Amino acid sequence: MNRRTGYFKGILRAGAVAVTFMACVALAAPLGLPPVPVPADNPITAEKVKLGDKLFHDTRFSSTGEVSCSTCHERDKGFTDNLPVSEGIKKLKGTRNAPTVINAVYLHSQFWDGREPSLESQSAQPFVNPVEMGLENHEPILKIVRSDPEYLDLFQRAFGKTGDKITMVEVEQALGTFERTLIGGNSPFDRYYFGGDKTAMSPAAIRGLEVFINQGRCVSCHVIEQTQALFTDNRFHMIGVAANRMPKDLDELSAAVEDVKKRGTDIAVLSNEKTSSLGRYAVTRDLTDIGAFKTPTLRNIDLTAPYMHDGSLETLEEVVQFYNNGGRLEETDPVPELLSGGIRPLDLTEEQQADLVEFMKALTSPEFVRK
Amino acid sequence: MNISRRSFLKTTGAALVASAFPMSLVKVALGSAQDFTFAYISDAHIQYIKGNKFVRNWDMGLIRSIREANLLTPRPDFFMFGGDLAQLGMKEELDHGLEIMSRLRGKVHYVIGEHDYYLDLGEYWQQKISPLYYSFDHKGVHFVILNSILTYDSWTHKKWATPMDRMLAMARLDNPEGSPFMVGTEQLTWLGKDLEAVDRTTPVVVFSHSPIQKIFKGWNFWTDDAEKVQALLKPFDKVTVIYGHVHQIQYNQIGNITFHAVMATAWPWPYPQSYTQVENRLPKLTVPMNRADPFFERDATGWQFIDVRTGNVAMHYQLPDNENRSVAFNAETGYPKDLKYQDLGSRIPPQDHY
Repeated sequence: MNRRTGYFKGILRAGAVAVTFMACVALAAPLGLPPVPVPADNPITAEKVKLGDKLFHDTRFSSTGEVSCSTCHERDKGFTDNLPVSEGIKKLKGTRNAPTVINAVYLHSQFWDGREPSLESQSAQPFVNPVEMGLENHEPILKIVRSDPEYLDLFQRAFGKTGDKITMVEVEQALGTFERTLIGGNSPFDRYYFGGDKTAMSPAAIRGLEVFINQGRCVSCHVIEQTQALFTDNRFHMIGVAANRMPKDLDELSAAVEDVKKRGTDIAVLSNEKTSSLGRYAVTRDLTDIGAFKTPTLRNIDLTAPYMHDGSLETLEEVVQFYNNGGRLEETDPVPELLSGGIRPLDLTEEQQADLVEFMKALTSPEFVRK
Repeated sequence: MNISRRSFLKTTGAALVASAFPMSLVKVALGSAQDFTFAYISDAHIQYIKGNKFVRNWDMGLIRSIREANLLTPRPDFFMFGGDLAQLGMKEELDHGLEIMSRLRGKVHYVIGEHDYYLDLGEYWQQKISPLYYSFDHKGVHFVILNSILTYDSWTHKKWATPMDRMLAMARLDNPEGSPFMVGTEQLTWLGKDLEAVDRTTPVVVFSHSPIQKIFKGWNFWTDDAEKVQALLKPFDKVTVIYGHVHQIQYNQIGNITFHAVMATAWPWPYPQSYTQVENRLPKLTVPMNRADPFFERDATGWQFIDVRTGNVAMHYQLPDNENRSVAFNAETGYPKDLKYQDLGSRIPPQDHY
């Protein structure tokens, strides 16, 4: 899906994402990743990246002046916030765990339930969510970017637009472009698997890779391909997280659906745990999708605890235990009734489980390693 | 406020349901039949392993169907179970299956399948569930439940080493020493008497495990005395036969009788055409399902809810991990039609290159 059309490439490929910018750039992918998809109507330029970076970190775009995208997507925390669920203005809690922005460009849809199709369209939602930035509408953002001298200069350079010609389209495109540069490959796994360096991973991680591909069955959804590994199939699966917190009968389900219809999916799912637990169903209204969430990437997973759509699993050890027990943390928990077929008890030994965790720790890209 | 049934159909299907019965084209209501809906779950094949372990895959298929069926609104008038609750007719399987079925919120009528019958010849079934054939009336429609998986007495009462040997022999497909399904003379006599009291304008719906047709003998998609049953049903204006066993969508029209197969909750089955060495008679009307995607455990399984309007039946197949399908009687043409895929131009081509 790469739309490079002959732009000049001046890129180092040896690991760090060091990019030299000309008027237009294309990003060659790091080891283990495919070419970055770029929409035809929003090519990457250095100016857009710089503008997007500033927008991403600007706390003025919130009702309290204290919350920016980076509040929940902090570089030093793998572009997440390391909280079970994110906290917006006034520390208001949502219902969902902040996904990493790293490699989000490769996803076919954004948000845990895939309700937005692109980085651009996703970027506009948190501004107007009551538990995130809490704005009534996007006007306060436009007011700032149309008057702040630094923004005026950046928008002029990035889009050739100024004053009232600056709209949310440009804001979204700048944010999308910045996020498009947040990619990370070249992990110890990549160097081992694609780079041929047999010393790049520890023996435990190498054993863990074998479990990942075979008895653990992880690779069915956390995909590794022949020349690249996104660790996601971009599909939605019900794996049993929060199964016991879902609407338990028709009345509760109807109420949740009515809420989604009335207030919109974005607001409804982040304000109500039962509605949130519906996952993809809130978007497609397809019974197969009840409780189904998008397979996230596992790249940099060691940085982005806690885990799952509600942050209910604290450590990678708990995650592996959850899968090993067939969609529940403890063997004594009830088996969720609507599990995706691929989720079943795995009968992994203690050592296999520990090795799987070591393997996942080998998926961290060097440029994002915690200092 | 409840979600309408249309909300449960995938968005592409919702609009089609409304057009299933263009009221202006439907003839005057037959008899005094009302409109209503019931749900059908079938072919669960609960399979015992040992201790308290059962095959997870079949359990999950039944559990999922029941969980979804309980979400149907407005509530269906009743539920049918279409046979093969157990895999090898064992008490453990029937008990475990009935325990799961008890989660269904509503009245359930049961049809017996061969996997339920041939271990103990229906003894436990009659003790725990119901007679093996019977009838009832509901909102002006006469419902008949047949035990259509019987076979020749000489085969059934042969000197089997154990009852399980008989069960395994009937369970085995393409069995050169197998025996075809049939309804048998006792039931034919009973059926004749039962139908005497039914007015010819009353819609009749027959529930059966075997197809009351002759489709493919090797897999017992077959009822050996199908013509005799059909002859008993001929005098009626509107007859529908609904059958299980085949684990796939099939539909047909023979004279006044419309035939519909139901899905299995357990596992899918290939179409007889795929077995090219042997002749098959899959009804030409049937638009077959495409090959199941092996990634999805539940693909090509499912359950269905069935609308009855003026005695005509519309099947709404709920197919997880796939597009739902609706097959409804078309009063204009006089036979059942898939609401979306019947025309050749609207087919999704099967994947034949990998």
